[in-house]
Amino acid sequence: MSPLSAARRIPVAPSLLGLALARSRIELKQFFRERDAVIFIFAFPVIMLGIFGSVFDEDVGGGVSFTQYFVPGILAAGIMLSSFQSLAIGIAIERDDGTLKRLRGTPMPPAAYFFGKIGMVLVSSVLQIALLLALATLLLGVDLPSAPSRWATFGWVFVLGTAAGTVLGIAFSSVPRSGRSASAVVTPIVIVLQFISGVFFVYNELPGWMRAIAELFPLKWMAQGMRSVFLPDSYQSVEPDGSWQLGLGAAVLAAWTVLGLVACLRTFRWSRRDVG
Amino acid sequence: MPTQWTDTGPADASGGTLPVRIRGLIKRYGGSVAVDGIDLDVGRGEVLALLGPNGAGKTTTVEVLEGYRIRDGGEVTVLGEDPAHAGRAWRTRIGIVLQSSQDNAELTVEELVRHFAAFYPAPREPDEVIAAVGLQDKRRTRTRQLSGGQRRRLDVALGVVGRPELLFLDEPTTGFDPEARRAFWELIRGLRGDGTTILLTTHYLEEAEQLADRVAVLSGGRIVGLGTPEDLGGRAQREATVVWEDADGRHEVRTPTPTQLVTELSRRHESGEIPGLQVLRPTLEDVYLSLIQGSAGSASVASDSMGAER
Repeated sequence: MSPLSAARRIPVAPSLLGLALARSRIELKQFFRERDAVIFIFAFPVIMLGIFGSVFDEDVGGGVSFTQYFVPGILAAGIMLSSFQSLAIGIAIERDDGTLKRLRGTPMPPAAYFFGKIGMVLVSSVLQIALLLALATLLLGVDLPSAPSRWATFGWVFVLGTAAGTVLGIAFSSVPRSGRSASAVVTPIVIVLQFISGVFFVYNELPGWMRAIAELFPLKWMAQGMRSVFLPDSYQSVEPDGSWQLGLGAAVLAAWTVLGLVACLRTFRWSRRDVG
Repeated sequence: MPTQWTDTGPADASGGTLPVRIRGLIKRYGGSVAVDGIDLDVGRGEVLALLGPNGAGKTTTVEVLEGYRIRDGGEVTVLGEDPAHAGRAWRTRIGIVLQSSQDNAELTVEELVRHFAAFYPAPREPDEVIAAVGLQDKRRTRTRQLSGGQRRRLDVALGVVGRPELLFLDEPTTGFDPEARRAFWELIRGLRGDGTTILLTTHYLEEAEQLADRVAVLSGGRIVGLGTPEDLGGRAQREATVVWEDADGRHEVRTPTPTQLVTELSRRHESGEIPGLQVLRPTLEDVYLSLIQGSAGSASVASDSMGAER
């Protein structure tokens, strides 16, 4: 071990933007090196699309095949996994293993940490969507829409869905009692939501009471918004309400985002609950 | 009740603000008192060791100073500010090495040190810090693959890369083998040589003796002894024990004047050598144990309910 020199550079306080980018890079490195995250968050929707798209091909009404129907659903599910599941589990582990406490002891502004998480969610989610769309078009023969208005809808569903999933994931990370239990607490919720929100099953074929529950949560509205992008307008008549309900969907996602943000601000902790 | 020691100030306090000044610090968890009225100063460039059994209040005290915990009473000033309200600029001046952790497992040594350097306005050169902690061969190794001792040296690297004026080390060598511990001590001596003020908690007496300018012994949330390792608890003034053997068997005599006794004995032994002669001074451990036991009455109250600290 050699001595440390005492020479000083001219002090320049690091900028928030620079730190946010540095945090995003380090978060992405960690995410893609963690096998669990890569399989159960990043690759899972791609694998599901490969399986479901290859196995089921019956008509689900309105001249739409199940594969076609499944693409918007799994895109919505992927957005939820990359934001909500990724952060709820990841931050619970970081709170438990001391990552958060260590960061809190440095001059890193807390905002840089959250911007880093947002950066990680955006990059991993966009990569995942690119993979899903490539698989859908190249291997499963699904046609992508060409109208710019449809891609505009795709854009706001992605942005609002990611925003809601991100703030809710950060807030929900306080619920598991330990990092080890995080996956067991978060994953079943996400799986149940996928079953009742029109991802794995055709939504209008679900019982009314199940749809009533799904309507309370964001995923149903994200999936329906994505259907409006990828399915022909004629399919609207098959939707339970006879419409894509885009206005209501946007309102529900915005409401969840606000709710999640308030929950984050009120409940976020940098250390474990059992530490006084 | 144990004696409450009042800190008379570190030996080298040369005016100006002290890096750490504590007066009457109190911290409770629920109904139990973890820190029960501590007074303590740490001088600039000093290495102070907080020594004490588990649950004595060491980590609680340090975490109040680091700004992680809010005190329930008393005055605390760290680098001129109240840690409960100090901001980002203050955090650039302190370095924290927490108790052992398992975080950031997937990042390499070099990635982590470089990343943490970016948080500070005037960091040390990351390569230099990695070399200083002896991890240059492990720079591309992921944290999860490091041994316990290497992991701890990485913790120190992350704690010092911001060039702190004041460094907190919480049980830095727990679980080290003797060789790793000695290498670690060299590292800490190097930092001290740079003028870094260091507040160290440990339950290894040898570590305190090797590294610290002064030792504060905590028990039951109170300081029960404070001084240089040589003088702690009046160690220098304590009686020595002279041990020898003769035809009657083994003798043990406690005396303030061992030299006189040995001279006397050597006069009695015409052959020159006194069989089994030993002159024993109380070790730091003897002093430490007597200090801890002296406060055991109050220590048991707090240590029973100290689950919250660890």
